Amino acid sequence: MRTDLARRIVLVVALTVLAIPFVIPTVWMIASSVKPLAEIFQSPPTLFTSSPTFEAYAEAFRFQPFARQYVNSVYIAVVVTVITLVVSSMAGYAFARIRFPGSNALFLVVLVGLLVPSEVTIVPLFQMFTEAGMVNTHWPLILVTALAAPCVLATFIMRQFFIALPGELEEAARLDGLGRPAIWARIALPLAKPALSAVTILTFLASWNLYLEPTVYLTSPELFTLPQALTRFTDAYGGEMWNTQLAAATMTVVPVLIVFVIAQRQFVEGLAHAGLKG
Amino acid sequence: MKAPFWTTRRRDALTGYLFITPQLIGVVVFVLVPVGLAVWYSLNDWNIFRGELTFVGGENWAALLDDPQLPSVLGATAVFSGGVVVLNISLGLALAVMLNRRFRGVTVFRTMFFSPVVVSVVAWTLVWGFLLQDNGGINAALSVVGIDGTNWLQNGNTAMVAVIVTQVIRSVGVNMVLFLAALQGVPGELYEAARIDGAGDAAIFRRITLPLISPTLLLTAIITIVGALQAFAQIAVLTQGGPGLSTTVLVYYVFQQAFEFNDIGYGSTLALMLLTFVMLLTLLQWQLRRKWVFHEN
Repeated sequence: MRTDLARRIVLVVALTVLAIPFVIPTVWMIASSVKPLAEIFQSPPTLFTSSPTFEAYAEAFRFQPFARQYVNSVYIAVVVTVITLVVSSMAGYAFARIRFPGSNALFLVVLVGLLVPSEVTIVPLFQMFTEAGMVNTHWPLILVTALAAPCVLATFIMRQFFIALPGELEEAARLDGLGRPAIWARIALPLAKPALSAVTILTFLASWNLYLEPTVYLTSPELFTLPQALTRFTDAYGGEMWNTQLAAATMTVVPVLIVFVIAQRQFVEGLAHAGLKG
Repeated sequence: MKAPFWTTRRRDALTGYLFITPQLIGVVVFVLVPVGLAVWYSLNDWNIFRGELTFVGGENWAALLDDPQLPSVLGATAVFSGGVVVLNISLGLALAVMLNRRFRGVTVFRTMFFSPVVVSVVAWTLVWGFLLQDNGGINAALSVVGIDGTNWLQNGNTAMVAVIVTQVIRSVGVNMVLFLAALQGVPGELYEAARIDGAGDAAIFRRITLPLISPTLLLTAIITIVGALQAFAQIAVLTQGGPGLSTTVLVYYVFQQAFEFNDIGYGSTLALMLLTFVMLLTLLQWQLRRKWVFHEN
């Protein structure tokens, strides 16, 4: 009994120590974003300030079109996620449930999209989008993200889900005279909520976090997305505006963290689901 | 009587093709065509002033052998990917084993270890950049216990370690969750039977747990190593490949060649080398899967 308690205490202490580098950076970021500039690098360091100021938050909006950039990130992520949900659930359903000649070969072709890193295709894609006159617009970010890599992962997740679905429901629907599209929309999709929420979370995060693509395609600050904007808080002499950067980072991170804490079961289960079925 | 052309089977097949068309077009236009173009660019030289391609055959490929920076870049790539995979898998497994039991607060711990996954890579890296500075939080904390920390990101030896650790802490939550799900799939009777046979914790872990979760180990290894080979934002924000070339991994080198030095031909050649690595690793792991992974039947 006693050794059991001792073991448990050791475990909790070990986990607490391990958790420090996972939690403190985020806490420090939020706490420092309301510090006066001089206090950020003060030694010995303070975690919480005694004289909080929101000046850095105001400065973030003055220095860059930050509200605009925020809207850009949100609407791109939403559009990409919606397109991905439709495209991947259709393709995943067809690959899993419909027999048609060449389906296995075509599925392999799609899977190649999962293997090719975006860093490999970005050089040719940049040339292609230059030809199409789409550089310095949001089109490359939306099209490539919604139809290539993250979407292929989504299609894979959806296929794995639909394969495991029992066939009787579909048979019954067929006897009632429903066609394939109706079965997909009215029978399969409502049953696929766990897979759809996994896809929503993974795709939204993938789009929200894009960094290479906006860096390559976008040059006008009012078109920037948040990750890209975060790195541009430097003053005229190239010096970094520490507390402004931290305030902007906090505004980028905290809403997602709040959603995560509220919906963490969906996050974690969706991810485990997606991973294990792969 | 003639059978109607649109049988259920034919109609089904047509629906199937229509359903996969958007995804198929996406992969063809945004993945396969670009890969083909990359191969073509790698055989050409890009004249930046005239905006023209000149066919040069294997010149870019031969240049790989003469590039004095490439050995260092490949070395950094190997150290970074290897370091991330080893640390990520072992820490992820350790966390999962510790958290795979019921005690008060276990959910809070799981949430804490997973939370960096949902923090944007750039924000996470920026914050670590502050903390790792000479006068940043980590050295300040070290000085409290009497250790004089180095300037982590400016020191060739520690910059790589810093980049690896930052990356692992941000992403290990994913592997932790995958391992947790796998551990929960191990039937409890197996553990009980082993205990009755007198097996200790270490033996149980090695003989029962590890073989049973080996499919997950393999999967996480693939995800982690492919992810590490593609880590761009972390390097771009934290070290810009420096000091010197010490943290210039292959993806960052591709970006520099193609977009900073506008050498499209050589950049594409390097990108195809990266693609080859990813493909080879995936193939290797598929092969290992046959030999090494435990099968129930």
